[in-house]
Amino acid sequence: MQFTSLILSNVEVSPGYWRMRMTAPPECAASRPGQFVMVRVNGAIDPLLRRPFGIFDVGTYIPAQSGGQSQPYLEMLYRVVGKGTSMLSTLHGSDLLDVLGPLGRGFDQGSPDEEKLIVGGGVGLAPLYLLAKELATKSKVRLFAGGRTRDDILCITEFERLGVECYTATEDGSLGEQGLVTEALLRRLDHIQGRAAIYACGPHGMLNAVAGIAAERGISCQVSLEGYMACGVGACLGCVAPGHSHSPDTPDFRCVCTEGPVFESGELKWGE
Amino acid sequence: MKSAMKPDMSVNLAGMQLRNPVITASGTFGYGEEFAEYVDMESIGAFITKGLSLNARAGNPTPRIVETPGGMLNAIGLQNVGIDAFIAKKVPYFRTVNTPAIANFFGNTVDEYAEMARRLNEIPEVSALEINISCPNVKQGGIVFGTDPDCAASVVSACRAVTGKPLIVKLSPNVTDVVAMARACENAGADALSLINTLIGMAIDLNKRRPILANITGGFSGPAIKPVALRMVWQVAKAVKVPVIGIGGIMNAVDALEFMLAGASAVQIGTASFINPGAAQKIAEDMEAWLVANGIDDIKSMIGALES
Repeated sequence: MQFTSLILSNVEVSPGYWRMRMTAPPECAASRPGQFVMVRVNGAIDPLLRRPFGIFDVGTYIPAQSGGQSQPYLEMLYRVVGKGTSMLSTLHGSDLLDVLGPLGRGFDQGSPDEEKLIVGGGVGLAPLYLLAKELATKSKVRLFAGGRTRDDILCITEFERLGVECYTATEDGSLGEQGLVTEALLRRLDHIQGRAAIYACGPHGMLNAVAGIAAERGISCQVSLEGYMACGVGACLGCVAPGHSHSPDTPDFRCVCTEGPVFESGELKWGE
Repeated sequence: MKSAMKPDMSVNLAGMQLRNPVITASGTFGYGEEFAEYVDMESIGAFITKGLSLNARAGNPTPRIVETPGGMLNAIGLQNVGIDAFIAKKVPYFRTVNTPAIANFFGNTVDEYAEMARRLNEIPEVSALEINISCPNVKQGGIVFGTDPDCAASVVSACRAVTGKPLIVKLSPNVTDVVAMARACENAGADALSLINTLIGMAIDLNKRRPILANITGGFSGPAIKPVALRMVWQVAKAVKVPVIGIGGIMNAVDALEFMLAGASAVQIGTASFINPGAAQKIAEDMEAWLVANGIDDIKSMIGALES
């Protein structure tokens, strides 16, 4: 669905990373974890296209004034990377946004008796908070958050409040252990007695490593992909990702916006 | 004072009676059904499918699209389901909407084009055919059919011979003389001409010193190309007798009406549908509102009504 959303807040939560809360119709506030929205940052023709953002959280906003109408909202966690996100970061509460969503296929919850291992790199944490919120009501959840520096480790307190055990790793060692977050994941996997399931979102290199670990150990793994897309509704075919049987001679492309953005890692082609 | 009568929005396009001149462009509207959630399909004049070929095509590697100021480049690589899957999976939807479906298609050889036209001609749910001639001719060293008048004419004649359905030829702007191309297609039997297809463009990542698109070059579309498109539509509309469909950067009703003044009998909405999936419906409604506000009772009176 397409709707006009009122920005409730837009706050820089870490250098270069912003968290925006905005009103949403009830249908959108009922988004599945892993779904996304396409946002038009202004009404002009530059930037021309909408920008895709994972849904970080949904909830109900209760105004401070008595008698104010409570209203469903959604939140996005985004990183300023270019013109569009830079403009978005200059918007304020009471500004309006043109939003399309919720779009795409979200995460599958899996079975509650699995230990849930959530792996996020940088802004890849964006679609994982709503997932953690849902999973933590039924299962043991652990979060493995990685980044280049401590500035890339986002909203850990919010995850902790859900009762999620958090492990952090940074490439420069400025927060948590130094190195890649997949090392902490591997250590945890070595200790798990029962069943586990992995949910990951982040840079391609990290997803590639996580998918490799999951395949090697025979663990169910869902990944959420980013795609450069124009439409978000399966028409432009810009955002495709190679499926598992893809090769130059036997092309197999999956549409990230409609068949994903969440895929079983085994559905996709890795290792390139 | 003129009463706010409902203006006549209908146009006749190569024998097809359209409720209004707004058509969704190939490659920007899926196979129609993808947009049913966002567009009242019976609010637009017609819709055009993604370009179809005999065999399914997976398309190019990524990145396939990149945004540039006021526009975007795409190098999708003509990904489509192929004619058989089209008939089995996409055509059934056409029966559920009372709006003409136009099939866009392409081939690698003249024979392939003709075979596609023959197959599409057999589908009652397909109201008209639009030929994409902006493809390389594999039998003639890869020269793009749509950049050579003789090549283009041979494609159109071959398709004309196997279909009695309205035959639209979508012209490429990547030519020295678009009028020569238009005349060649008209003489070969085209019932209408649509223009412009995308302009070949390129984007570069300075830091990586690499082209951004995996395909290096891509088709440029969006509001940035509108002045070029308007000029070509104006030139072609003056030179041919068959109706012209204006395409190129139409974002709103004003853009669409400008194309009609330049000589277009109908317009196609492309990139705008990516930004607002409901764009075509909104444009059709706003065109009607503009006519009402300006006391014009028939959209046809706008066609070619440019004063100079």
